[in-house]
Formats: sequence, C-alpha cells, structure tokens
Amino acid sequence: MLYDVVIVGGGVIGSAIARELMRYRLRAVLVEKECEVGFGTSKSNSGIIHAGHHSAPGTLKGDLEWTGNQMWDPLNADLDFGFKRIGELTVAMNEAQVHEIEALKRQGETRGVPGLEIWDRERTLKAEPNLTPDLLASLSAPTAGVINPYEACFSLVENACINGLELSVENPVLGITPEPDGTLTVKTRHGLYHTRFVINAAGVFADSVAAMVGLNDFRIYVRKGEEYLLDKRLEGFVQRLIFPCPDPVTRSKGILVIPTFDGTLMVGPTSHVVDDKDDLTTTSAGSDEVFDKVTQVVPGISSRDCIAEFAGLRAVADGEDFIIGPTAVKGFINVAGIQSPGLTAAPAIAAMVIDILRDEGLALAPNDHFIPTVPRRVRFGALPIEEKIRLADENPRYAHLICRCEHVSEQEILDAIHDGARTLDGVKFRTRAGMGRCQGGFCTWRIMELLAGELAIPISDVTKRGGGSWIIMQREEGEQQV
Amino acid sequence: MITGKLSHLEQHYDVVVVGGGPAGMAAAVGARDAGAEKILIVDREKEAGGILWQCIHPGFGLHHFKEELTGPEYAQRYLASVMDKGVDVVTGAFVFDADRDRRIQLTSGQHGIRVIDSKALVLGMGARERTRGAIRIPGTRPAGVLTAGLAQKFVNMMGFLPGKRVVILGSGDIGLIMARRLTLEGVEVVGVFEIMPHANGLNRNIVQCLHDFDIPLHLSTTVAHIHGRDRVEKVTVAPVDAALRPIMEKSWDIDCDTLLLSIGLLPENELSRQLGISLDPVTSGPVVSSRMETSMPGVFACGNVVHIHDLVDFVSQESYLAGTNAGEFVTGKRRPADNVRLVPGENVRYCVPHTISTDREHTVYMRVRQPLEKCLIRLGDVYQKKLLYVFPAEMVNLTIRPRFLEQFHGDALRVDVVPRDT
Amino acid sequence: MPDNTLTHYLCIGCPLGCRLEVESDDGDNVVEVRGWTCKKGDAYARQEHIDPRRMVTTTVRVNGGRWARVPVKTSDAVPKGQVEAICRALRSVTLAAPVRMGDVIVRDVFGTGADIVATRDMPAAG
Repeated sequence: MLYDVVIVGGGVIGSAIARELMRYRLRAVLVEKECEVGFGTSKSNSGIIHAGHHSAPGTLKGDLEWTGNQMWDPLNADLDFGFKRIGELTVAMNEAQVHEIEALKRQGETRGVPGLEIWDRERTLKAEPNLTPDLLASLSAPTAGVINPYEACFSLVENACINGLELSVENPVLGITPEPDGTLTVKTRHGLYHTRFVINAAGVFADSVAAMVGLNDFRIYVRKGEEYLLDKRLEGFVQRLIFPCPDPVTRSKGILVIPTFDGTLMVGPTSHVVDDKDDLTTTSAGSDEVFDKVTQVVPGISSRDCIAEFAGLRAVADGEDFIIGPTAVKGFINVAGIQSPGLTAAPAIAAMVIDILRDEGLALAPNDHFIPTVPRRVRFGALPIEEKIRLADENPRYAHLICRCEHVSEQEILDAIHDGARTLDGVKFRTRAGMGRCQGGFCTWRIMELLAGELAIPISDVTKRGGGSWIIMQREEGEQQV
Repeated sequence: MITGKLSHLEQHYDVVVVGGGPAGMAAAVGARDAGAEKILIVDREKEAGGILWQCIHPGFGLHHFKEELTGPEYAQRYLASVMDKGVDVVTGAFVFDADRDRRIQLTSGQHGIRVIDSKALVLGMGARERTRGAIRIPGTRPAGVLTAGLAQKFVNMMGFLPGKRVVILGSGDIGLIMARRLTLEGVEVVGVFEIMPHANGLNRNIVQCLHDFDIPLHLSTTVAHIHGRDRVEKVTVAPVDAALRPIMEKSWDIDCDTLLLSIGLLPENELSRQLGISLDPVTSGPVVSSRMETSMPGVFACGNVVHIHDLVDFVSQESYLAGTNAGEFVTGKRRPADNVRLVPGENVRYCVPHTISTDREHTVYMRVRQPLEKCLIRLGDVYQKKLLYVFPAEMVNLTIRPRFLEQFHGDALRVDVVPRDT
Repeated sequence: MPDNTLTHYLCIGCPLGCRLEVESDDGDNVVEVRGWTCKKGDAYARQEHIDPRRMVTTTVRVNGGRWARVPVKTSDAVPKGQVEAICRALRSVTLAAPVRMGDVIVRDVFGTGADIVATRDMPAAG
C-alpha cells in the first residue's frame, strides 16, 4: 500500500508538518527513533518563541522567524499546549552595545516586528528591578514568548493522530531506496514503508538520512547548549526573557535568563560545537560559564538555586541557514539544519513544506473532517479553588496529589498516559510530575505504579525514556532455603 | 490498627498538624497533653509515620522509649499513642495552602478539597533529599541516578533493587545504611565517596555498614562525571583539591549501573514561604522561639522542617514541645515570651530555638562548623561547659538553666564552641 | 610477647571514633586493649575481638499487604559471621498479610537462639 508521505523525525518540525498535512486527505506516517515524539532537540532547548528581529535579513531563518512567531497564537488556541508572550529585553552594558541594540531594532522594524522600543536604564530597571544597575539601556521586544516545546510536540502529534496520522515510535529508519517508478521505499526497524514523498526532518541526523538516498551535499554538525533550571521559589525574579547584547562577531545570542512557561527560571544555553551527536553531557565548564555570565546581567541568580540541568544539541548545517526544499531525488524533501530560531519558525516551516509538496505534485484535497483541536488537558494545580472543588467532587483522582512539588494529581498522570506517555519522562514532560525541586525523589515510585497499572506491564518494565533506561530490577527470589 | 482512612473530617480543629512523621506525631501528642481537644494530623502518604517505615535498621528510640528499636517499631509505637489520645489522622491528604488566619486548604482523594480552620497550626513537613541538580554533577542524564532515600523505598517497601553494581556518593547515614542493605540483598556496592575529608555518618555505621562488608570509603573524593546514554554505565571519580574541585589528572573510572546520592537533606518549607513566616538562611527553616513558635503567632514548627536532625528521638522531643505550646496557645495559658536572642558565635552555625527566656529551662540544639576535641561551649561570659568533642555531623544539645543566666542582663547571648586553651 | 598479635578496631561508642588496639596471645586471649578514651571503648574492643555480634534487619516478601515487603529483625544480636546467610535465607520466605508487629517469622534462626520477628504490622491491602 502506497503512502503519500513518510515523515522521518518527530521533533517539533516533523510534528508541525504532520499536523498541517492532516488538513488534507492523505495517507501519512511519522517515524521516530525515540520512544516518544519530541525526545531529541525539541525537548532540550530554551523554549523561546523569538520576537522576530534577531535573525539576519536575506536568510530563510530571517524570513521564517517572524512569520512563524505570528502563527503560534492560533496554534495555541487550537492545541492549548501553553504559550505566553512575556516579552524580552536585550541589555546593553556600554555605548557600543547601545549601537548594537539600535541596529537590532531597525532590523526588526524593517521586517515589520511591532512594539520594539529602546528603554533607558531607569525604565529598564523599573520593569526588571533585579537586572544589574550597571546596564545602560535595553531593547524591549514584546512579541517574544515562551512555550514548553515538548508539550507543543505532543499536542501537534496528538492532533495529527486524531486526524489520521500513523505514528510509529522506537522505529529508526535504516535505509531509503528510490524505486524506478519514482516512489521511495523506507526501511525501518519495524518494516517497510512504500511512499511517494519522504520528509527528512531528522534533526541532527538529517545528513545521514539524506545520505541514504545518495545525497551528500550538506553536512550537519551539532552545537551543544547546556541549560540550568532554578528553584521555583525564584518565580517572578525576572518577568521577561533577558538577553545580553549579541556578540558582534559570532552573532551568538549568549546566555539568557528564561522565565519558562511554567514559571521556573532557566539560565543558559552555552553554545559549543561537539563531535558526538549523542553528546548530551553537562560539564562543570558549562555550568561555570552560564552562572558567571548570567550574574553579570542578573546578579541575584546563584548556582545554589539550581535544581536540574540538561544539554541539548542544535542541528547546524554548513552555511548556518535552514535547508528546506526538494532535492535531486524525486520525492525526497529536506527540512534540515533547523537550529535557532527553528522552534519559532516551525509553523512557518510546516506551511512552507505543504507548498513544496503541492509544487512537487502532491494532490492536496482538503480533509473535510479535520478536527483542529485536542481534548483540553486539565492542569489541576493551576485552577481556581471553586473549579478544583467541582472537579474533585466529580472525580476524586483529581484531588489525589502525586507530585507535591508541582502539584500534579493522579488523574492528570492517568490522562497523560492515555494521551500517549509511555515512560517517566513522557509523564514528566506532559504533566511536570517529577520536574520540580525534589526531582522525583518522592513521586517516582507512584508514577511507576500508575504507568505499570495502565500499560499492564510489570513495574520493573517501566523506563525513564525507553530503550535501556530501566529504573529498577526484580529481586531474584526463592533460590535459597531456610 | 495502623490508621488508614478517617471517615469524617471536621471543619474546625483546635490544632492542625501538617505532616504525620515523627515531628507531627509528637506535636499532636504534646498538644493533647496540654489540653487541646480536637487535633488533626494531615499526612500526604498512605500511612502516617513518615520516613521511619522505610528505615528498617535499628538505632531508634534509645532516648524516647529507653530501648533500641527499628524505624518501623518506633513509628508504630508512636502512632499507637497518637491513636490512643484520640487524634484524628487523615492520610493521602496534601495541604496546598495556609493563611495567617491558620486556615488550611487540603486536597485528598478521599475527602476532595477541604478548607479547615485551626486555632493553632503546627508545621512538621520534614525534609527532602538533595538531588543531582543541587551539586551539578557533570555528564549524561541516564536512568540509575537516584537518591538513597528513594532507593530505600524501592528496596525496603516495594521489594525492588535499584541495580546490580552501585556507587554511593556521600557518607551520610542514609548512604551508609543503604550500602549495607544493598549488600545484604546481593547487590555489589563498589564504594562510598565523600567529598569532605571526614565521614558524615556515625562511626557505628562506618563500622557496621562498610567495614563489616569490606566496602571502601574514599574521603576527599567525589563523582566528577556520569556516563551512559540510557542507563548509568560508569562514573568517573576524582580526588578533590582544597577548594573541593575534582583533580581530573588523578581521576579513575568505575563501571556501575547505579549512582546513589546521599548528599544531604533540605527542609521542606514551601508552605512556610506561602505563609510568609521568617526563615533562617542558615537552617533554611523557620525562625522559632523557645515555644517553637514561628514569626506568625499561633503557627508552630518542629522537626526537620526547622533544622535537619540526626536522631529521631530529638525530633520527638522538640516536636512534643512545639505541640505542648500549640496546645497552650489554644487553651490560653501561654508561657512568658522570650527575652534573649541566641547569637551563633565562633564555630557555631546555628542555634535552635533562636530565642529563649531567662525564666525557665531550655534545650538548645546547635551545629558546629569544625570538629574539635576537648573544647568548651560558652554562653557569653556568664556560663561555660566542657565538652569532650564536637562534630559537624552530630547535633550538640545544651540545657540552659535559669541560674546560668542570673548574671546576664542583655538581650543577645553569644554562643561559642572553642578549644579549651583559649 | 613476640607471638602476640595486634588487631585494630574503630570504636563506635561516639563520634570520637577511638582507634582501638587489641593485643592478644597465641590462644587469642586478650592481653591488653589500648587507645580508648572511655571504658566503653575497652569493653567494645573485647566484645568485638572475642565474639562480634550484630542485630540483623532485613525484609521478607508478603503477599496481599499494603506494601510488598515487611521489615523484620533478629530478636537478639547474632554472630557477625551469620548475618549474610540469614539474609540470604530470608529471601525465600513469603508471608501472607496481615502480619502483626512481633510475629515470629522464623524461630531460632540457624541455631543462634534468636528469632526473626516482624517489626511492623502489615495490614491487608486496600
């Protein structure tokens, strides 16, 4: 049976494309090598929807950043993964940097980004009193926002599946063969897919997937970013995204302070090229770099408040820009090198890929039964008290708290499992259970019991994130006699 | 017998105790003995008793019950006296908000969301374990890095093992005790690594949990890197320099599938922060008077939520006092207010309570910064007492009697622990 | 004297952790204990040298209980050399809930004179 489209990779790019594709009457499958979607780069980044003025003009990145930014409001209205335009401040510490932020402002205005303003020291400190008094000025960009990128992935794919997408996880692609009739055969761990189009959204491995059809015209190298999460007690310490002035040579955005969608402050990322595409290590040098640099801008932040850290890899193509488009191999379309601002651009990239598919001859008949939304997920801890009482009366499992740090109830965890969570991380990234200050010290065993019960597996088969990430072992009983 | 479900939850209580561990249980008994009538303990687990249930080893109760008990025996005996005194215990219930009128909001699968008024509130939420993030161990983020207390829950209550070959970071008592537990369950414990130049646990545990099983203890050594994508595959350990930074040239790798962390406890004061009571940055717990009353009248605190204890018997003692004062707050017979502030001086990290009164006897708990042998504890220039030794890992307790302070007329009393020749 | 052997112990009486030295003759009789600060150290070293004993605490599987394991202990200290064998043997014991604190699980374990007793109630699940 012939598929119309096989999407390789369930990061935010593959997920966004999948969801847009299902607006049409198509047969499509998304294959993901990890056990859940969003478990690669999309899980471990800053979660920022950039304001729209950062990327240089004349690049795909620059074009898609602002377009993408504007698409997140309707997307969130449909899918409710959580998106807040909290705004950002880019801080200038000296006269040269004041010129830099003025240039950034002009760049944004040329593109049509609204609301950009240069704030003087006094106004900046009035808005963000915990910034260093040594700053001179800042560029305010109210269009910047934050999301939980993994929740965006989950919702996009959940919605795509409601509308007919097939999802195959823990299913790495092993080879792709162009057939004489112009179709492609995708060989995966779980079998063959015969298809008209392949979308290569394989993130840091996009070059290897392209090489499977003999395309060797680009290379993906990886830049690692380390990020550090701080105790929730610092919620509100800064209210906006805080950027240092970008480095005039590298254009790197530097070390940021990120008030995440859930209110937890995060600091990072570092940005260093690494050789190994599996290198997700954090380092003491990275930790020192983050906290040294961040305290220059926000002196009150301390490494003592760190509750967790992680590293993510950004897929960088030669030339630094996104690579999006058809290739010399008929039906094989690259969506590669999606580094920052890739998350911001994701909805715009998805729209662009739909246009490419149409241009390449895919008939796009509207799916009249397309459902744009997903069932609303209850976030019990965030509800007003009257609503809590009502829900608890209806279903006592909402009143049974499992994660005490983030106030996550038993029913929310069951909901997450019903929505597709298969692992501790799957539950964690859907509900925040285990993400707080105790890092699962108190609730891990309860969540394992719930996963085992719902999935009808032994507790010892519950994993952290699939593969060999087992958590506990059965005892070897009964081999001795008293 | 061991409580399960409370069928009916009142709307008004004399005393509400948040937390049913050793602190909360003792506070409830204290409140009853002081005359409070309607007392409620709220516990978030499925049974009250706290962490004692999983501490199956002996070493508890020598002060309180005058015999050596295991943790579960201590919990069960104490809980029996709580029940005998007619205290209401609601389990599986979490207090998610409290206000200065001592009204609490709790959520429970059995009772739903409830708002309960109390005349006096006792905070006994205990502590949580420090995690990997707190010390930012570099490396990957595989499964198999867990706190010693979670491993203890898996092994002693649920009957699972955390791995086959384990490295333990931190020589606190929980880590040492888990080294023995795992060994007795057939798990290989490769070694215990302690960043400080001295062990943090009791000598009894060094001998009976490590020496008995030939488990090496590496002092001034830490875990410098964690390896493994899905599951821990090995750790790099390294000796540390004077600034406690690992010396990587001297590092070595150890194959293992599990890293247990026993790197300390942190008081759980989220509710205290919501209430807006004053916290001591050194203890991370509430500032308390000799009545164990926080900066908010009628709100009391005790146990690990105030400061980290090393013996449950002292938690019971301190918490019974907190409960007594909560009961007296309700019945209106208050002890006189404090008139002297204790000021931690040389080699003293903190004192609890933070203030005392010169008209009655007090037990003051404190921790020192540096170990000393043959030393003196000094209260200003009015009293001193010889001590054979002090260690940071062992809480010092001192009874201050009114007669010690007859010659004292100030309002701030400095406490020093110094060598005898100074 | 030249035949006497020296054995070392770490005193567990208090945090001082005295390094105790036991001098014993060829019949393993204690000749002298050195290194102690208080008399507890002297007594401890003699006991450790002649007949080291330990309380054993471990868990036993229980079916149908609130938890999967019930904690147990030896009613008295047993010879140190028996500790591991006792724990290994108890791995094959399975109880059925309810269990009461003090219930004897194994009487006179390995002829030590000590019983294995439950250290808590284990009510049936539910």
